[in-house]
Amino acid sequence: MSLYMLRRTGVYLFLSLAAFLSVFPFFWMAVGATNKSTEIITGKMTPGSNLVVNFQTLLSQVDLWRVFGNSFLIAIVSTILTLAVSSLAGYGFEIFRSRVRERIFQLLLLFLSIPFAALMVPLFVMISRAQLTNTFTAVILPTIASIFILFYFRQATKAFPSELRDAARVDGLKEWQIFLFVYMPTMRSTYAAATIIVFMNAWNNYLWPLIVLQTPENKTITLVISALTAAYTPDYGVILLTTVLATLPTLVIFFVLQRQFVQGMLGAVK
Amino acid sequence: MAQTRLDRNEQINGWAFVMPALVLLGIFMIYPILWSLWMSFQVGRGNNFSFGGLANIQRLANDALLVQALTNTIIFFIIQVPIMIVLALLFAVALNDATLRFRGLFRTILFLPCVTSLIAYSSLFKSMFSNDGIINQALMSLHLVSAPIPWLTDPFWAKVVIISAITWRWTGYNMIFYLAALQNVDKSIYEAARIDGIPGWARFWNITVPMLKPVILFTTILSTIGTLQLFDEINNITQGGPGNGTMTLSMYIYNLTFRMMPSFGYSATVSWVIVAIVAVLSIIQFMIARDRRRGA
Repeated sequence: MSLYMLRRTGVYLFLSLAAFLSVFPFFWMAVGATNKSTEIITGKMTPGSNLVVNFQTLLSQVDLWRVFGNSFLIAIVSTILTLAVSSLAGYGFEIFRSRVRERIFQLLLLFLSIPFAALMVPLFVMISRAQLTNTFTAVILPTIASIFILFYFRQATKAFPSELRDAARVDGLKEWQIFLFVYMPTMRSTYAAATIIVFMNAWNNYLWPLIVLQTPENKTITLVISALTAAYTPDYGVILLTTVLATLPTLVIFFVLQRQFVQGMLGAVK
Repeated sequence: MAQTRLDRNEQINGWAFVMPALVLLGIFMIYPILWSLWMSFQVGRGNNFSFGGLANIQRLANDALLVQALTNTIIFFIIQVPIMIVLALLFAVALNDATLRFRGLFRTILFLPCVTSLIAYSSLFKSMFSNDGIINQALMSLHLVSAPIPWLTDPFWAKVVIISAITWRWTGYNMIFYLAALQNVDKSIYEAARIDGIPGWARFWNITVPMLKPVILFTTILSTIGTLQLFDEINNITQGGPGNGTMTLSMYIYNLTFRMMPSFGYSATVSWVIVAIVAVLSIIQFMIARDRRRGA
């Protein structure tokens, strides 16, 4: 029994240490947002009174609401379009099977793990030739068709009961009506999980916006954090405040939709 | 007659549903990939291309920076991935115990780093690991070191920072894969082993690890592909420095394309190095998945 207790204690200690290390940066970030840069650098770990000043400094350096607006706009439009295009295709590949399309689908799977680094150069040339640099269209367009999400929807569609579709057909619904009024409501949880993944990816996207977006008024929140961090004398109070602001939306999504969140992460790569 | 019309309708619908995705993938994925292949045989700066035959491939062979970037990537991979996977496995096994208290809380906390954006957390780590930052303060007040560790100005320590950062961000992510897999492991195997008096560690190595082998391989490959594409953290914490000590392939391609004298042809060639490695890994992954399906 005592050996059991000892081992138990060991497990709890191990997990508590891991949990501490996991949470500490969050704590550091929240506390840092309320302190002066000089205090942060010297390791102050108690909440300070500099939050308002940090906020004012941030507002004087960046058009924060505009930047947030840009991030939200890009993330929301990307999410809607990605979900629409990918779920249509996932449904199409699964429900209407043909040999040609099956071949195409297998071909797409080959491209599943093409690294973005390989696409970045030609995409940049394409976008600049189309004179789309520094537009949100350029940020959003290449991310809409996602093989990951398409694959995810096709897998999920396998669980869509064919009786529902047959019944809808008997009722005289057209195929697009079946998709819109039967499939979509039935697959709510699949859409929820995919929404979280796509929104997170778009919200956190860095490399492509960094390449495409150039003027300050078009920057997203990730670009702003990166620029603040790269400054010659970084103001850590302002940086940590900005990371808090950038992390809050995804944190809220996580706590509200924890189950779908984890499901999406597991599903999107299965 | 009615049958063929139905068939034709199926065909039309089938294509209509998949067409938007196919068109977009064609324009923004297939076409750029093929173009990048063509580009990789072009030499010249900016928008002046000319066919260079194998010139870029020759340059590849003599590129010391590329070798360094590859070496760094391999170091990150060889050290970081095993640490992360062992930790994730230990967490998953500990949390899979139904008698453990605060399971949900521990799981949520350990998963929490996955919620942060790569840029946000790398800024956070940069501030924590700065020369007189909190990490050095803590180490010094605990008398573990006598002088501050040059985390970001020494190539070795900079690698340590990057490895710690990635481990912090991704361990919880891998953990949920193992937790999901452990839920499918038959509990009676463990019962039998325990009754036979097999100790905990032996149960872990001889039952859990072999049972989870497919998932472990899968997450290993996923992490490797991730390491090959490492960019956000590097660009934000070290910019590839000091002395190219944390330069990665993606960072190098970015520099070749947008920082130094742009040479699109050569950066496309370097990007195909990544494609080649990823392709090999994907084939391995595919074979594992096939074996698994056959085994099941």
